Amino acid sequence: MSAFSAIGDEREIEQDEYTPGIEPQPTWCPGCGDFGVLKALKGALPEAGRTPDETLTVTGIGCSGKLNSYFNSYGFHTIHGRALPVARAAKLANPGLEVIAAGGDGDGYGIGGNHFMHTARENHDFTYIVFNNEIFGLTKGQTSPTSPKGHKSKTQPHGSAKEPVRPLSLSLTSGASFVARTAAVNPNQAKELIKEAIEHDGFAHIDFLTQCPTWNKDAKQYVPYIDVNENDDYEFDPTNREEAAEMMRETEEALYEGEVLTGKFYVDEDRPSYQQEKRQIGEMPEEPLAERYFDDDYEWERSADMFLDDHK
Amino acid sequence: MTDDELIWRIAGGSGDGIASTSQNFAKALMRSGLDVFTHRHYPSRIRGGHTYTEVRAAPEDVTSRGDGYDFLLALGDSFARNPQEEAYYGKEEIKPLSENLDDLREGGVIVYDSGLIDADEVPKFDQRVEENNWHVFPLDLRGLAREKGREVMRNTAGVGATCAIADIPVEAIEELMTDAMPEKILDPNLEILNEAYEAVLDDYDLSGIEVSCPEGEHEEEQVLVNGSDGIAYGAFDEGCRFISGYPMTPWTEVFTILSKNLPEVGGISEQVEDEIAAASLAIGAAHTGVKAMSGSSGGGFALMSEPLGLAEISETPIVLLEAARAGPSTGMPTKPEQADLEHVLYTSQGDSNRVVFAPADPAEAYDHARKAFQIAYQYQIPSIILYDQKLSGEYRNVPASHFDRDPNPDIGKTLTEDQIAEAPHEPGGKLKRFRHDPEDGVSPRSVPGQKGGRFLASGNEHNEAGHISEDPDNRVAQVNRRTRKLESIREELNEDGLNETYGPEDADYGILAFGSMVGTVEEAVDRLNADGESVKALAVGELAPYPETEVREFIESVDQAMVVEMNSSAQFRGLTQKHLGEYGPKLSSLLKYNGNPFEPAEVVEGFHNTVSGEETTDHQTTFVPAAGD
Repeated sequence: MSAFSAIGDEREIEQDEYTPGIEPQPTWCPGCGDFGVLKALKGALPEAGRTPDETLTVTGIGCSGKLNSYFNSYGFHTIHGRALPVARAAKLANPGLEVIAAGGDGDGYGIGGNHFMHTARENHDFTYIVFNNEIFGLTKGQTSPTSPKGHKSKTQPHGSAKEPVRPLSLSLTSGASFVARTAAVNPNQAKELIKEAIEHDGFAHIDFLTQCPTWNKDAKQYVPYIDVNENDDYEFDPTNREEAAEMMRETEEALYEGEVLTGKFYVDEDRPSYQQEKRQIGEMPEEPLAERYFDDDYEWERSADMFLDDHK
Repeated sequence: MTDDELIWRIAGGSGDGIASTSQNFAKALMRSGLDVFTHRHYPSRIRGGHTYTEVRAAPEDVTSRGDGYDFLLALGDSFARNPQEEAYYGKEEIKPLSENLDDLREGGVIVYDSGLIDADEVPKFDQRVEENNWHVFPLDLRGLAREKGREVMRNTAGVGATCAIADIPVEAIEELMTDAMPEKILDPNLEILNEAYEAVLDDYDLSGIEVSCPEGEHEEEQVLVNGSDGIAYGAFDEGCRFISGYPMTPWTEVFTILSKNLPEVGGISEQVEDEIAAASLAIGAAHTGVKAMSGSSGGGFALMSEPLGLAEISETPIVLLEAARAGPSTGMPTKPEQADLEHVLYTSQGDSNRVVFAPADPAEAYDHARKAFQIAYQYQIPSIILYDQKLSGEYRNVPASHFDRDPNPDIGKTLTEDQIAEAPHEPGGKLKRFRHDPEDGVSPRSVPGQKGGRFLASGNEHNEAGHISEDPDNRVAQVNRRTRKLESIREELNEDGLNETYGPEDADYGILAFGSMVGTVEEAVDRLNADGESVKALAVGELAPYPETEVREFIESVDQAMVVEMNSSAQFRGLTQKHLGEYGPKLSSLLKYNGNPFEPAEVVEGFHNTVSGEETTDHQTTFVPAAGD
């Protein structure tokens, strides 16, 4: 019998289960795009059939890192840039968990960029939501890795000399098998994309445009947006890597010209997830490792029986 | 002890099989009933460069390398650089011979491969041989190996010659080769072994050689293990089934052992992008209920600082290893040093909340690894094992029964779903996983996936359910509770006696040491007492929480104490004075930081300085007298 009865629980899930019993008061500013992520995630998880006790949200640092403070699931509010490695191990140790990692653009594309690249490369089976507001918000408005070239801030008084990170292209090149962009002003699309990301077997990356009304007033509210999967002006096949790459490039250019393109850009349903790959080569047990520590009947192996003969 | 022993040094280039040959040799002597100890010296280089391993064997307990050695097998370096010209690094071809002469004792034996080494190129070789009364055997080991098998088998030829000269039954080596070698290479090796053995007996008059291998007998079956084996097996027997890491010398040795063994039992090993990720993965796995470990060496451990702090404040039980090497920065990657003590104790921001162990030998490495896991999981705190390059690769024989113990997969105070249903929750529905009230400081946890156990783990200061809180009363309650865990741990460790005294209880003088220097200090204590001095030692095995009571009692019981450590800034003495400042005037320091561990004679000499109060520096060790003098 599983020690984790919440995992795989087939019961009906109420829409408000992810809202804490006492409604916390978020520290986000009025009009912040982060509310949009919270709402979309609260909507997507019940639709994907997952309960709060089988869900682990792992966040980084910044306004985005507080996502799980206002969300009723297991949570781990880690440190700046390190949500992904914590999330990876949690999913390896107990693959039955629904793991959602989240953080900001500085967290994911800056300080945690190395982890982002490698998590995508390995194709870990979980969802990663990056709150992209093109600014460091919580530390009061410094230029971030996605701020446009020329962006002025107190730490870049003459305007940034750097080209911004291209998150969708980076994700695709690194190996993510699901890449999407949505915006806080488009809650239905956001919910649908998150749901699809949750159901995807592999690393699903969502670049979530979240307007910062306090520190990034210059940036648009990410309206009007265009859904590239729906709009007839854009024809591409998200299962075709080359077409996806071209669409991403166009989308990333367009953002800095005031055009907000969103949608599902790439999906590869055939690529095995890291967990599948690891099981394939015999480096991961079929039964979740976490279960073993609660199994009183498990006969734990001893070094004396397994290794000492080689030393005699 | 020095009369009835053999110290055999095999020298050559990296990649020439020095390590495996010496290991087999040591194992053969162990099987014959001797106690053995190995000391290795190697460069940070894939192929070539001056490398040697010493095997010290005696009928009695051997706890250290010796002073010098008495048998050199110089094999030639098949990857020597610039063989034909003068180079910045000197003539590498002759180094296996030339670099090892300084430490060879009078009357010692030299076997060198005349197929690869021209002794005429070694400055003043003949003169030194004569002055030191060395017995020299130039043997074409390479030629013999080529003739009967392959060139790499010249190591075997050298071992055959060793057996003949040092009076070791060649059958002991044959038996080991038969166990260790695949059939294809076994026959030529056996032939080469015997051919070399016979050739020496036929061609040389061996009378007058005083170097020989003693005989011994063990009361029970022994195994040959090094510090890395000890740590890996201790972790394994505690139910550690998750390891994450990034390669770095010398930590890689433990990582390699567990990466090989864990998948066999359904465990998981993850080689990841950097050490920040490595430690973070251990946290993620431990948070999910699995027993997890990560580790690194100096610079890699520096990258773990921030996740270490996260484990402390989120009370996630993990075990980290720090296999120290000479620093700062890249330092000397393959050389031992104990200069990471302060790094391990204080790295990461905020008040540190961790436990630090320092095993002295492979058997203790096993014991400390087990204790480190027990403490980490019982008290929801990171445990760190600080060891070094010396202990990592140092082989010793340990009774096989030492490892014959029950496994312990217990993950500490973790609630079952039934218990969660009864446990206090906050009004919002989350479990009070970080309660203020537990007397021993440990608040039971739940694990993701358990029904009703939702809570938030956080690197921010948090309230009882894990939510961010900067409330002053909560802050004080949480800090105090986490600190109470350390007091509980101190009490538990005091009972377990991880710190050991050695030598006569009523001795006048004391020596303090930790980690890999302990064995050397013990040998020095034996010698000093045999010479009529009155000395004892205290080996400190727990560096945090610092065992104040035991160290105080020890220092109070002696007139003066010398602190022996491998670093230049006397960090262990500083730690001792931080806790026991009033004894500063009684403490002198003996330091060494040249990349080689102390020899027992250096500790003996340092002791004489303690007594006389003279400050000396011989460029290899530094003595700093007690401030009180």
